[in-house]
Amino acid sequence: MIDIFLLEAILNGILLGGVLALLALGLNIVFGVIDVVWICYAELIMFGMYGNYVLHKDLGWPLLLAFAVCVVVVAVLGVLLHWLVIRPVLGGAPINQLLVTGGVLTFMQALATLVFGIEFRNLGISMPSLELGEIFLSQSRIWACGVSLVAVALLWLFLKKTYLGTAIRAISQDREIMPLMGVKPGRIYLITSAIGGGLAGLAACLLVLQYDVHPAIGLTFGPITFMVCVMGGLGNLLGGFLAAFIFAQFIQVGGFYFELEWGYVFAFCFFIAMMFWRPQGLLGKRA
Amino acid sequence: MLRVEGVSAGYGSFQALFDVALAVEAGEAVAVIGPNGAGKTSLLRVVSKLIEPRTGTIDFDGHDLAGLGADEVTALGMAHVPEHRRLFAGLTVEENLRMGAFLPAARKQFSTRLEHVYELFPRLAERRDQIAGTLSGGEQQMCAIGRGLMSGPKLLLLDEPSAGLAPVIVQQVFDMVQRIRSEGFTVLIVEQNIQQVLRVVDRAYLLEVGRIKASGAASELLASDDIRRAYIGL
Ligand SMILES: Nc1ncnc2c1ncn2[C@@H]1O[C@H](COP(=O)(O)OP(=O)(O)OP(=O)(O)O)[C@@H](O)[C@H]1O
Ligand SMILES: [Mg+2]
Repeated sequence: MIDIFLLEAILNGILLGGVLALLALGLNIVFGVIDVVWICYAELIMFGMYGNYVLHKDLGWPLLLAFAVCVVVVAVLGVLLHWLVIRPVLGGAPINQLLVTGGVLTFMQALATLVFGIEFRNLGISMPSLELGEIFLSQSRIWACGVSLVAVALLWLFLKKTYLGTAIRAISQDREIMPLMGVKPGRIYLITSAIGGGLAGLAACLLVLQYDVHPAIGLTFGPITFMVCVMGGLGNLLGGFLAAFIFAQFIQVGGFYFELEWGYVFAFCFFIAMMFWRPQGLLGKRA
Repeated sequence: MLRVEGVSAGYGSFQALFDVALAVEAGEAVAVIGPNGAGKTSLLRVVSKLIEPRTGTIDFDGHDLAGLGADEVTALGMAHVPEHRRLFAGLTVEENLRMGAFLPAARKQFSTRLEHVYELFPRLAERRDQIAGTLSGGEQQMCAIGRGLMSGPKLLLLDEPSAGLAPVIVQQVFDMVQRIRSEGFTVLIVEQNIQQVLRVVDRAYLLEVGRIKASGAASELLASDDIRRAYIGL
């Protein structure tokens, strides 16, 4: 019979995978379409988490309203990030694009420290665990995974079924001829930035239920998100989705056999090994 | 329909077109012929405003194209089928066709035009869910032309549709062009398959190193000794 605790670790891996998939999606879609890596992606999530904290905890807004507002606000932040920071250097060397979004990362960290200080904050919501036989699963994780998967599915439908979604996929294949389809690439970039920001905002709502927010929280999610994206093939949405679940299994199951920190070590080792074996990522085609 | 006057254009310090003049009337099919590097692609790119002319004017369907971007020119009713087909290789055939109908006015007509394109190219209908990058060269060309037709253009620009195809397929491509013509589309086509293209168009211009060197009815050019000697090799 399969060890009940191993089963629990695998289930937790699936739940974590759903959230990682959502995290990766935002970064990936922006990279796939605009060819820019938002180094400050996790700081957008931090901003959303603080937003939730302020709206729900300080101002006493209902949680769902705070969530909705945060998604919209971070989506707008994504648009501003593109319009003010990335657009001016779009034609420039890729290193400049990395540097400007890296600058935004530092700026947002410093701003958060200035405004909120370095203490850890949380919404103070604790959901009871769900008991399935002898297995205990965190309800906030189940919610996070469920909502993530619904968001991923909706985005997939949007990309697959609408003109705009098709244009977003098309532009990542041949941006130069998009105007011949009557498409303004700049507008598609803004819409994609809004989607990327909105996904970061949604991730913030789900993560704020599980994690305390502090100015360096980006370091918890940022590196892992980048690794998932690169492992799946940067810019490849399906690859990122698969990689998220593989990565999460390494973390949870590795953590089950040893300690949680070891789970991360295994996952990172696996990542490095993958980079030798398939530097382009699981499903990536780019060199 | 299209009137190009005194147009020069280039890339950086390199000048590709010198004082080019050309006209296409509604319902006509016109070819621009010339050797490699003559500037044929550059000419189509400047007409659809993918690149800006340095001098000269381009008038399309009563609109001065100065200051307009390629997306706006597309919205005015020009469809440019670019060199090397440039399909969205990872999208299906039908998704490529859908991109051709991206503009709001074209979306309303999507299903009728799709049916029409499938009638014109039954092969595409069979392969509607196939990834475009896996089509054969000839099928890709059909898809590229179909994508252009999906916007319901007043003027269709074709850049070397027969390039890189096997001889049998080349003949099929010119048959396609002939069929599109007979449907009443106005066509400006760039080609190196001079003998074959001159059989399906009304008039043609000869472009050499960025300058129009000759022009006239297709039948005259086909009969011209100079052109036969230089380009057809007879
Ligand atoms: N993006 C570019 N940058 C610099 N020079 C270019 C560019 N595109 C074309 N050229 C140059 O402009 C000239 C004309 O090129 P163009 O592609 O218009 O010729 P063409 O007649 O279409 O040739 P082909 O029959 O080989 O397609 C060539 O000398 C080419 O090297
Ligand atoms: Mg050419």
